[in-house]
Amino acid sequence: MADRILLAHGSGGLENQCLIRDIFVAGFENHILSTMDDAAVVNIGTLAVSTDSYTVDPLFFSGGDIGKLAVAGTTNDVSMRGARPLYLTVAFIIEEGFEIDLLKKIVASMASELQTIGVQVITGDTKVVPKGAVDKIIINTTGIGELVCDCAVSHIQTGDQLIVSGPIAEHGACIFAAREEISVHGLRSDCRSLWPGIESLLNKKLHIHAMRDATRGGLSAVLNEWAEQSHHLIHIVENQVPISTPVSGFCEMLGIDPFTLACEGTFVLSVAEQDCQSTLEVLHQAGYPHAALIGTVMEKHAHPHVILQSDYGTERLMEYPSGEILPRIC
Amino acid sequence: MGSQPLTTDKLYSGYRNPDIIRAYSHKIHQAAQDLDRPVNIMEVCGGHTFSIVKYGLDQLVPDSIRFIHGPGCPVCVLPQHRIDASIALASMEDTILVTLGDMIKIPGSRTSLQHARAEGRDVRFVYTPLDAIKIATENPHKKVIYFAIGFETTTPMTALLIEQSRQLKVNNLFFHINHVLVPPAIELILQQGGHIDAFIGPGHVTTITGTGIYEPFALQHHKPVVISGFEPIDVLDAVLKILLQLCDNKAIVENCYSRSAKPEGNLKAQALVSKYFETREDFIWRGIGTIENSAMKLRDEYVEIDAEQQFSRYCPRATQEKTSGCLCGQILMGHAQPKDCALFGKGCTPSSPQGSCMVSNEGACAAYYRYRRY
Ligand code: SF4
Repeated sequence: MADRILLAHGSGGLENQCLIRDIFVAGFENHILSTMDDAAVVNIGTLAVSTDSYTVDPLFFSGGDIGKLAVAGTTNDVSMRGARPLYLTVAFIIEEGFEIDLLKKIVASMASELQTIGVQVITGDTKVVPKGAVDKIIINTTGIGELVCDCAVSHIQTGDQLIVSGPIAEHGACIFAAREEISVHGLRSDCRSLWPGIESLLNKKLHIHAMRDATRGGLSAVLNEWAEQSHHLIHIVENQVPISTPVSGFCEMLGIDPFTLACEGTFVLSVAEQDCQSTLEVLHQAGYPHAALIGTVMEKHAHPHVILQSDYGTERLMEYPSGEILPRIC
Repeated sequence: MGSQPLTTDKLYSGYRNPDIIRAYSHKIHQAAQDLDRPVNIMEVCGGHTFSIVKYGLDQLVPDSIRFIHGPGCPVCVLPQHRIDASIALASMEDTILVTLGDMIKIPGSRTSLQHARAEGRDVRFVYTPLDAIKIATENPHKKVIYFAIGFETTTPMTALLIEQSRQLKVNNLFFHINHVLVPPAIELILQQGGHIDAFIGPGHVTTITGTGIYEPFALQHHKPVVISGFEPIDVLDAVLKILLQLCDNKAIVENCYSRSAKPEGNLKAQALVSKYFETREDFIWRGIGTIENSAMKLRDEYVEIDAEQQFSRYCPRATQEKTSGCLCGQILMGHAQPKDCALFGKGCTPSSPQGSCMVSNEGACAAYYRYRRY
């Protein structure tokens, strides 16, 4: 096999077959995929389905890579709906000339992440586009899961306690620093699959009203969306929100608000008050030692928003992220 | 930036300690009670405006103390015709316009750099001016124009950029200079602005210039000036020192930012600035009007790199500003607060700003919109 992706690899001919068989079917090996039929046939109950496309620069970063991200990101969205992720579809759009070794590394990383959550790739597609038409590689994945517990924004209620599963802004800070070639000690993406932790939570039958992973737009996007969609005021205590020292220092240096930076393995839960403590305990034991109670869902409001209270008692809005991330200039 | 990993945990620890903040708040309440009259404090610098609004420092002082947000946001004070010039320069053939982040959204008389970029102009934003050299050397067949903005703080960085580009013999890099000066703006506010009792002086500017530039405001106008950093404790410390001066009927320049700002300032930076720049006769400040001797320009001997001279036909002359109800000018002069503007949060938001105070992080309207709009 050549060492770079050629346009022929996407043409539907022999090279295309080799690529599918030697890299994808071999990498994602399972009996549904290896039938290589036109469509996969699966049989499950009430479905939760989510799709997302991934492009990230750099492709490999501290704590993960585009492959791990494409598996974790989509299956996390399925998990957040209270569903057990079972299957994944994968489509690659690859720039002509992409190194085959890199593709193999990406597929291996996807396969290992799939294994940790017990998810199978059941169908896929590959397109190769001329040089310059995409930046190296784009991966689209669609996750399919079976509903276990109906978690949704519409279930959020006054008095719910808000919990975040771990330190925020880790992925965003790591990628931002890598892209700007700023090296800061201790920045590492939090990219991980959330299902194993979620499964332990759901098994306990706790009153979890809503869950959302704080991806693009970070914690602030989740809380502002929840306020808006549920019409409730949300109150957050700033010093309860876990942020690692390297991340807060990095954000401080560049004038970026850590609340608006993406996480890829950290989520927010809205939990009935009586189950708050148990939820924290389960999370602490399920691999989220820094999970913390950060605030409360308040009354309904005509202009729902998120109030951030400082350690010394002042209040301000937790702003909704918008526009490009720009550094301060003076 | 350098390849040495940075450790960042010491950047601000200690300046946000809640117990110390509460103790300051208590002392400020006591001093305000002793003084027993309303006090208007202008924070000149947009960085201070941002800190006050973001950290809610106004909630920690009694109602008798009002913060008046001053003109110290470099993007906010740029007049429309200079924004128009940046867009026109970016539209020249084979040209790359390089500038700092906040310039992107600021509306000129018709459009913004953001729109110009979307229409295919090559507009690039850098974190540090020195990146302009890299862009210029990577694009030897293009004209690269560095659109320089900022107060005394950023002028030395532009001077250093010029110095290095000359040493490296980069001959396709030009400069459009929009550096402005703090003291003439304060002077104008004292003559024509709203009533101000004292000033919080800009820490970063003072680090470069030294404390001497504020002496006339204390000596001649009898206004306390306290130079401060940007953390909550810095600003509260400055407020307390101002109140104590007022209680003693004193007016002196005090430096509470001595960890960075020395009395004489940064002499090397000052020398570099005066090597390349001289004062302009006058400069139009957005919403405020013409202020004499309030900005810098390149010295005549550098005419060959001065974009205003080399591409003068692309740089429109000053015209009447279109304001359409925007109160920016009055806010910058201390006559109004963001929420006094009928457009605030309605016709004017950070995603479609009607005035420059809504654009930059340091603009008063943007700070209120982000942190206090309800
Ligand atoms: S809210 Fe907008 S229009 Fe009103 S003063 Fe501020 S920037 Fe100008």
